[in-house]
Amino acid sequence: MFRAPDARRFVSASLIIGVAFVIFGMSFGVLAVTADASIAQATVMSLLVFTGASQMSAVSVIAAGGTAASAFGGAVLLAGRNAVYGLALSPVLRRSSLPLRLVGAQWVIDETTALVTAEDNELSRRTAFWISAPILYASWCGGTFVGAVIGSNIDPNDFGLDAAFPVMFIAMLAPHLRTKAGQRAALFGALAAVLLAPFMPIGLPILVSALGMFFGVAPTETTPAPVSDGAP
Amino acid sequence: MSWSFIFLLAAASYGFKLLGAVIIGQRTMPPVLERCLLLIPAALLAGLIAKDTFTTGQTIGLDARAAGLVVAALATWKKLPFAVIIVLGVGTTALIRLFA
Repeated sequence: MFRAPDARRFVSASLIIGVAFVIFGMSFGVLAVTADASIAQATVMSLLVFTGASQMSAVSVIAAGGTAASAFGGAVLLAGRNAVYGLALSPVLRRSSLPLRLVGAQWVIDETTALVTAEDNELSRRTAFWISAPILYASWCGGTFVGAVIGSNIDPNDFGLDAAFPVMFIAMLAPHLRTKAGQRAALFGALAAVLLAPFMPIGLPILVSALGMFFGVAPTETTPAPVSDGAP
Repeated sequence: MSWSFIFLLAAASYGFKLLGAVIIGQRTMPPVLERCLLLIPAALLAGLIAKDTFTTGQTIGLDARAAGLVVAALATWKKLPFAVIIVLGVGTTALIRLFA
């Protein structure tokens, strides 16, 4: 089902991201326990919610004494972008059976989208998804459990690990910048995310960034985009 | 923290994922829309990179993360392996923090 050289490449990329996931999962677990969650609650939250940014924001609002409603609102805004990622990943899931699609949907997050859409053909994309998703899921949930059990404070920022995600994403963004439309979409997305940050609740500017996709309306390019051949 | 909070958040986040990946995404779409969908990762990844590098909460700022990003961008441009890109980028940010 999977081409071996591809498979190895995705396993190693996933394990690298997985290391960051374990550490961030641990810091989430620690934070959740300090926000009065039990070990079971922290772990179940990672298993069922599986959207790091939402989980972190929910737990930090509660830890800071905020209401459940405000914690929920912020977390839901941050989760909204997964709907857009789901659209981008839907061609990858389209060939799978319904139960697999339902499982796969839970694994639609920033990192799986980035890894999968950096590939230029449908088979590689499917391979990338079904290999990376379970590895990242296990890393995040396992890290959460360990962090919740240990409970002592670790700050990923001390190791420069808060820089890990933008650094990963820049490597995975590169293939999307081969086309004019991709460059425009990326520039729009970046500007919206930064310039709107002071004026909007956290989580909203990134949804505005998604509007950069409408640079695809005009069929400007005569050469097909390298990422477009997998679409049915 | 209550269990109902956790289950409600789980339902909302899975709902978003399901909406995009299965409910809307599994229909056949006109070519214009397909072209737009292919640009989503470019727009969102660039947005996330910019947000994670140049903002903290709701404030815009320039710090050690930007240096890490520049190094990572150069490493990507030079087509270095993924692991090397990450180590260089993260290492740059960590070193600057250590000595700053």
